[in-house]
Amino acid sequence: MAQLTFREAIARGIAQEMRRDESVVFLGEDVGAAGGVFKGTVGLLEEFGGVRVRDTPISEQAILGAAMGASMTGLRPIAEIMFADFFAVCWDIVVNEIAKSRYMTNGQMTFPLVIRSGNGGGLRFGAQHSQSVENWAMMIPGLKVVVPSNALDVIGLMAASIRDDDPVIFLEEKALYSSKMEVPDGEILDQLGLAKVLRQGGDATVVALGNMVPKALLAAEELALAGIDCTVVDVRSLVPLDTATILREVSATGRLFTIEENPRLCGWGAELSSIVSEEAFYDLDGPIVRITTPHIPLPAADALEDLAIPSVERIVTTVTKSMNA
Amino acid sequence: MTTTKTAPPAMDLEAKLDLYRCQVELRQFEERAYDLFLENYVKGTSHLGIGQEAIAAGFAAAMKPTDWTFATYRGHNHTLARGVPMTPVLAELMGRTNGLMAGKGGSMHLTSVEHGVMGSYAIIGAHLPIACGAAWSAQYRGTDQVAVCFFGDGSVNIGAFHEALNFAAIWKLPVVFVCENNLWMEYTRTSEVTAVENPAADRAAAYGLESIIVDGNDVDAVFEVAATAIARARAGEGPSMIEAKTYRHGGHSRADPGKYRPDEEVAEWKAKDPIPRYHARLLDLGVAEEVLVKIVTEVAAAVDVATDEAKAGAIPGEDLLMKDVWADGGSSWRN
Ligand SMILES: Cc1ncc(C[n+]2csc(CCOP(=O)(O)OP(=O)(O)O)c2C)c(N)n1
Repeated sequence: MAQLTFREAIARGIAQEMRRDESVVFLGEDVGAAGGVFKGTVGLLEEFGGVRVRDTPISEQAILGAAMGASMTGLRPIAEIMFADFFAVCWDIVVNEIAKSRYMTNGQMTFPLVIRSGNGGGLRFGAQHSQSVENWAMMIPGLKVVVPSNALDVIGLMAASIRDDDPVIFLEEKALYSSKMEVPDGEILDQLGLAKVLRQGGDATVVALGNMVPKALLAAEELALAGIDCTVVDVRSLVPLDTATILREVSATGRLFTIEENPRLCGWGAELSSIVSEEAFYDLDGPIVRITTPHIPLPAADALEDLAIPSVERIVTTVTKSMNA
Repeated sequence: MTTTKTAPPAMDLEAKLDLYRCQVELRQFEERAYDLFLENYVKGTSHLGIGQEAIAAGFAAAMKPTDWTFATYRGHNHTLARGVPMTPVLAELMGRTNGLMAGKGGSMHLTSVEHGVMGSYAIIGAHLPIACGAAWSAQYRGTDQVAVCFFGDGSVNIGAFHEALNFAAIWKLPVVFVCENNLWMEYTRTSEVTAVENPAADRAAAYGLESIIVDGNDVDAVFEVAATAIARARAGEGPSMIEAKTYRHGGHSRADPGKYRPDEEVAEWKAKDPIPRYHARLLDLGVAEEVLVKIVTEVAAAVDVATDEAKAGAIPGEDLLMKDVWADGGSSWRN
């Protein structure tokens, strides 16, 4: 066992897979010599050398194009897009090329690649360096989307993503890079498409993702003191989506609250809400409630950003109000 | 602009006849595709390569079977030139299950991994970085494979082109970029929107690539520069850019009669049609007219057979619809 930060877990997950598989290569801006702008890849260049860990020019289309071309010809590349906001300059490669080419070629090609990216707000970086883009990725057929909420899951889901034969968008919540936890030694391998029930309660089911998971857990503690006992589910993987666990946990309590950092429209919670309404409507005891960032670009000022992103306090008040209505 | 000194391999007459046959096949295939469009067998859009056959034929002849082709939506020529049979290509255009991708890709996305045709891409510029990735993989794995990436003159002003050229040069990738400069984008002359005379070659030189201009309507000349650039890439000497000057005889796509082009320009280029030119050259080399006529007749018969086979293909159904989004063969996104 060792105390590991979320950022150290990134490097450990990648290193674990690079040791076991020569075909895993890693490229991105400042990822090698500098160890990543968020220091998530420290030590990889030293251990694996410049042939496998490659610094690139500031060319997001070239980075992802190269990853795609390499993956269709036998490698398992991991590509880093420094900030998830930068997906906007290379979205063509992700959406039109990587996501569709297996289907369009009638299964002639596979694309075993992982695109890692720093996602989400909370760091006062302003509107172009703080977006939560999981909903962008989730709506594209052909992409798997993974968003871990703690260091242990980072390692296990990273390993699962690298070993997966499909393209995976692996979003690392920037606000969590410094979070720490005890992580066992040895190989860690998790599974895509499994949500985790982190807390069991009989009154309401709170479903959260990424940086919203620790907030949901804190809120659940406060709510419990006030007599509202919540189940907390960490979605972990938006595609594939573990609807079985979510439907089961929602049916058990009769209430669903989604906690989403993405702006309001078309967030993953809207899709969950639709699935639950269609498939567990008669188990519901009250309305499904989505707690999201409002539909605005994220402001930079700490006071404003804190108002925008769902907070523990907002979760507590929203759930309390709705449960008592 | 620089050129390498290594002499390309000399071609024997047999190989030249193959080049002739290949160009004739591409031409007749495209003419048939056009007819089938008029008969409503080919739906959607298609972009014919009539007039540009020498580039596809010359490059394909210079490639090893293990090398990779990356093409654009104007990719019928390149797919056939790599040895993909006509029937599955025609059937793909018609949306049949015996199509190259069972109808799931269509004219703009012809792919045959088995033949090294690593996709036809319909977003301008996108496949240049993808070709770099394949070249990187060859370099990393120490195979001697080369990626050859074809695109049009209109593609030189999009960002991906510039990112890819720099990327290929700094990583010294075994990739050959081929600009088929047919002077026109869709309806606009590339020279009207581009500041340099040779839109691909002039830029490539600035990025540190070996840069060559060739008469794209002369299949022997194309073969020579292709062989040289591919050998260079294979030897680890890095990427090249070949700008092949050519012309499309028809409009941009099937919906376009191409009326925006001056008649004299079209006539001038039709006079430089690569196929009659090569026909004349082969006669000069002593090939008997009957030999060439026989090739044309044989190809015509093969096109007829392919047409019948493609038309006989089944219409795809729901089983195919939901297949192969994922590597496990399925499309499910939830449990
Ligand atoms: C990014 C993008 N922008 C625009 C288009 C629409 N488009 C398709 S072909 C074309 C012209 C391309 O001309 P060129 O690169 O010279 O190739 P050619 O068609 O002559 O082979 C355009 C503008 C596109 N497919 N992708």
